[in-house]
Amino acid sequence: MSETGDRVKKIVIEHLGVEAEKVTEDASFIDDLGADSLDIVELVMAFEEEFGVEIPDDAAEKISTVNDAIEYIDSHKG
Amino acid sequence: MNGLMQGKRGLIMGLANNKSLAWGIAQQLAAQGAELAFSYQGEALGKRVIPLAAELGSDFTFECDVSDMDALDAAFETLAARWPTIDFVVHAIGFSDKNELRGLYVDTSLDNFLMTMNISAYSLVAVAKRARPMMTNGGSIVTLSYYGAEKVIPHYNVMGVAKAALEASVKYLANDLGRENIRVNAISAGPIKTLAASGIGDFRYILKWNEYNSPMRRNVTIDDVGGAGLYLCSHLSSGVTGETHHVDAGYHVVGMKQEDAPDIALDQ
Repeated sequence: MSETGDRVKKIVIEHLGVEAEKVTEDASFIDDLGADSLDIVELVMAFEEEFGVEIPDDAAEKISTVNDAIEYIDSHKG
Repeated sequence: MNGLMQGKRGLIMGLANNKSLAWGIAQQLAAQGAELAFSYQGEALGKRVIPLAAELGSDFTFECDVSDMDALDAAFETLAARWPTIDFVVHAIGFSDKNELRGLYVDTSLDNFLMTMNISAYSLVAVAKRARPMMTNGGSIVTLSYYGAEKVIPHYNVMGVAKAALEASVKYLANDLGRENIRVNAISAGPIKTLAASGIGDFRYILKWNEYNSPMRRNVTIDDVGGAGLYLCSHLSSGVTGETHHVDAGYHVVGMKQEDAPDIALDQ
């Protein structure tokens, strides 16, 4: 994984309390990692804080996998 | 330990996670020796609240949907079964359809208007009614508001109207309960990035604007709010009721943009 990927992965592991091996790029937050809708909001807030990006609601709704998050952050961080 | 809140017990309603204003208040109350109970709405919040309560040495958590009067009765029965009296309640509850926390207030639907008023304003009245008989030694009820109750903040919309009703309710409740030495106050907190704030449109812009234009040139933290919450729950504020206390780095006294504040764009 890229540097962004490593940082995203670290946040996901800490927030959801899941094993590192489960957090693959194509893992779905809800289906594979057991996140609920509040977890998604909290993860998006954590990504915004970590990377200094703004992830508006319509973009957040499209982030369902670890890779979706990495791609959005890489294309929007300053 | 000989804390300010030693021997005091109270209920924290509306904790969501460790970014919550209620968490800032609960931490400072616990640090001063208060015993805390926590109510939450639904399982998703419960699984967040239970470990946080445990961090503060509390295993007293229960569910309470404040829009359901029977559920409120049951929650206060649960509380009273373990603690016959309480000294304070922190009410940190509000809700609206986030689709109406952007765009124009004029487009507010009746259903969302009523729901927002019910959960964000009436719930304080319903909670005060049930807390009252448990506050036989007097007590303090603290709720959370925002400047959008007083002045127009873009996107805050129906929540601003509900917070105005909440702040007016604080005054009427303070008057009703004053003779029983039950005090009712609100903290009007500056914007803080919480779960609740995540529903408000362009919130990052609001944060930046407050940081650049408040007298203290900063945003407030949940520790700032926690200190004020501790003051209002403790005997330090024994002569204070009906008040909306601003914890906003002074933003509410400012009349126009600060000269040194940079121009900022929405997408910054």
